Amino acid sequence: MRPTLPRLVNILVPVKRSIDYAVKIRVASDGKGVDTNVKHSMNPFDEIAVEEAIRLREKKSVAVDSITAISIGPAKAVDTIRTALAMGADAGIHVVTPENAIVEPIAVASALKKVIEDKKIDLVIMGKQAIDDDSGSTGGILAGKLGWSQGSFASKLELKEGGQVDITREIDGGLEQISSKLPVIVTTDLRLNEPRYASLPNIMKAKKKKIETIKPEDLGLDLTPRLETISVSEPPKRQGGGKVESVDELVSKMKEAGVI
Amino acid sequence: MIQTITSIIAHRTAIHFRSSVSAVRRYTSYNEAVAGLTEAQQEFRNAVHDFAQKEIAPRAEEIDKKNELPADIFPKLGEMGLLGVTVPEKWGGLGLGYLEHTIAMEELSRASASIALSYGAHSNLMVNQLNRWGTDKQKEKYLPKLLTGEYIGSLAMSEPNAGSDVVSMRTKAELKDGKWILNGSKCWITNAPVSSTFLIYAKSDTTVAPSKGMTAFLIERGYKGFEVGEKLDKFGMRGSPTAELFFDNVEIPEENVLGQVGKGASVLMSGLDLERLVLSGGPLGIMQAALDLTLDYTHERKQFGKKIGTFQLIQGKLADMYTKLSASRAYVYAVARACDAGKVSRQDCAGAILYSSDRAVEVAMEAQQCLGGNGYINDYPAGRLLRDSRLYTVGAGTQEIRRMLIGRGFNEVYEEAEGRGIAQ
Repeated sequence: MRPTLPRLVNILVPVKRSIDYAVKIRVASDGKGVDTNVKHSMNPFDEIAVEEAIRLREKKSVAVDSITAISIGPAKAVDTIRTALAMGADAGIHVVTPENAIVEPIAVASALKKVIEDKKIDLVIMGKQAIDDDSGSTGGILAGKLGWSQGSFASKLELKEGGQVDITREIDGGLEQISSKLPVIVTTDLRLNEPRYASLPNIMKAKKKKIETIKPEDLGLDLTPRLETISVSEPPKRQGGGKVESVDELVSKMKEAGVI
Repeated sequence: MIQTITSIIAHRTAIHFRSSVSAVRRYTSYNEAVAGLTEAQQEFRNAVHDFAQKEIAPRAEEIDKKNELPADIFPKLGEMGLLGVTVPEKWGGLGLGYLEHTIAMEELSRASASIALSYGAHSNLMVNQLNRWGTDKQKEKYLPKLLTGEYIGSLAMSEPNAGSDVVSMRTKAELKDGKWILNGSKCWITNAPVSSTFLIYAKSDTTVAPSKGMTAFLIERGYKGFEVGEKLDKFGMRGSPTAELFFDNVEIPEENVLGQVGKGASVLMSGLDLERLVLSGGPLGIMQAALDLTLDYTHERKQFGKKIGTFQLIQGKLADMYTKLSASRAYVYAVARACDAGKVSRQDCAGAILYSSDRAVEVAMEAQQCLGGNGYINDYPAGRLLRDSRLYTVGAGTQEIRRMLIGRGFNEVYEEAEGRGIAQ
């Protein structure tokens, strides 16, 4: 009896170019969005996803055949893909969208579905949300479209022989452990890992790695937004609080405010 | 309910990002457009910056207090790829230029000037000299471990009675039975207490003019008769260990001559030009650190109900600090670009470090002044920056010698013109 060859796992990591988390967000002058003429970098949750994919390969519990980073965005999104390549992804795919086009989660999920089917992907690791619009829905929509299992908000991920995936999820009130078989969509939470920074030799090597460019129309994508943004405004200024001398005073103040 | 969860998540997100990389990305007065960096150079600088702020900056205070170079720093620098910036890729380096090396020196100095000084001594004085003058055999033997940071390197030139007047050195090497026998001593040698590989200049022929009788040698810690003295107690740069070297009939194999016998002076002098340039990143980094500190402090500290940064006297200081840094950076980068284009100017390499070093001392002093009482307290880094800045006015050559080199450069032009009978 010849043993069956272990299945090599192909991982896809979607990465989004979003406004850098350290940038102070300002409402754009037209009141319909935010000022995007600021520093951008990889969505931090996606950095965690890239890191996790590389760690899965390094752990060698299951042989990882390929790690592909994909970004759906304007020309500049190629920088975000390069960051993933410098961290350790093998190849990149760039679905180039027009400058300033709004690509909603459902369009992103449709694009990913096409690529996943085309590239024989077994495992998708992606951020649970992007820090720009905070939709947090692409992972779920993608799982629904593909009919795959999903483990969202993962704080621990284990890949076992035979294609078993153990995921620990952070939920209200504690941790939930779920188990599934590949293929799976995993969305990452903050405590999954702490991403590495790319070394200089790896940044230079990343420039030589292949990035495939795809036009949205080649995927049969309809990018037309389904939602209309009516207005975007600054959050209300926080009012200063006050100090109370005693519990009784606190209770009476709360009654006054109608909260108890 | 949904509202609450979202806000909790947002809150957590903020805490996590800030705690892990808080110091890494914040407002900086560094203007990339004015600095004139290409996209690749900006990417390089950002990568070094993130590394330095995460791995080194949080430890700078402790390193200064303990007067010790932590053992894990060099392997980390090696892993990041920083130890062979100017070494070709085929030898394991990055194959980049002197501008990139200077930028690396600047960003590391901004995090910890003393770690950066040890880095500069290793990566330029030792590694770059080996890269420029070494034979393939010497590179194969020494470069790999120097580039991973497993081995640290030092260059030894100065002697108790031969500092600025370097050609008057007394350390002697004599060829006997196919081996060089080294006798003498060296002082103020950066990294000596922790180095494994040393580049030593010695007199190999005392019968000719000093500039023609010098030879450079590679020697290893552990050679019989070679001893490293006690670590010196310095005013600043306290994370960068310094010591004396003693040679008592140290036998050096002939293949360890770097460059050619009797050509040590040209190895030394051409190395000094590039050393002055790359080390100019030191004062730049110190100035940037001083400005970062001062901008933050003066926009937090309130007196008379106002942030002190909004007072005209402080505004004046901030403006002067910023322009001194920016002018220094413009000159240093311009000289670096010229060197990368193969045009190494002795006057300008000396000028780059001369100008930036004087400005760094002034800017560090102004930082201390802007911090008021806190500037004089060692809980704040102003004092350390000032102590560290003073190194560059004497280390890697004195300001006086640098001025002399620039002045002499002009004298030579006029003397030559006179010789040809065309003086004005």
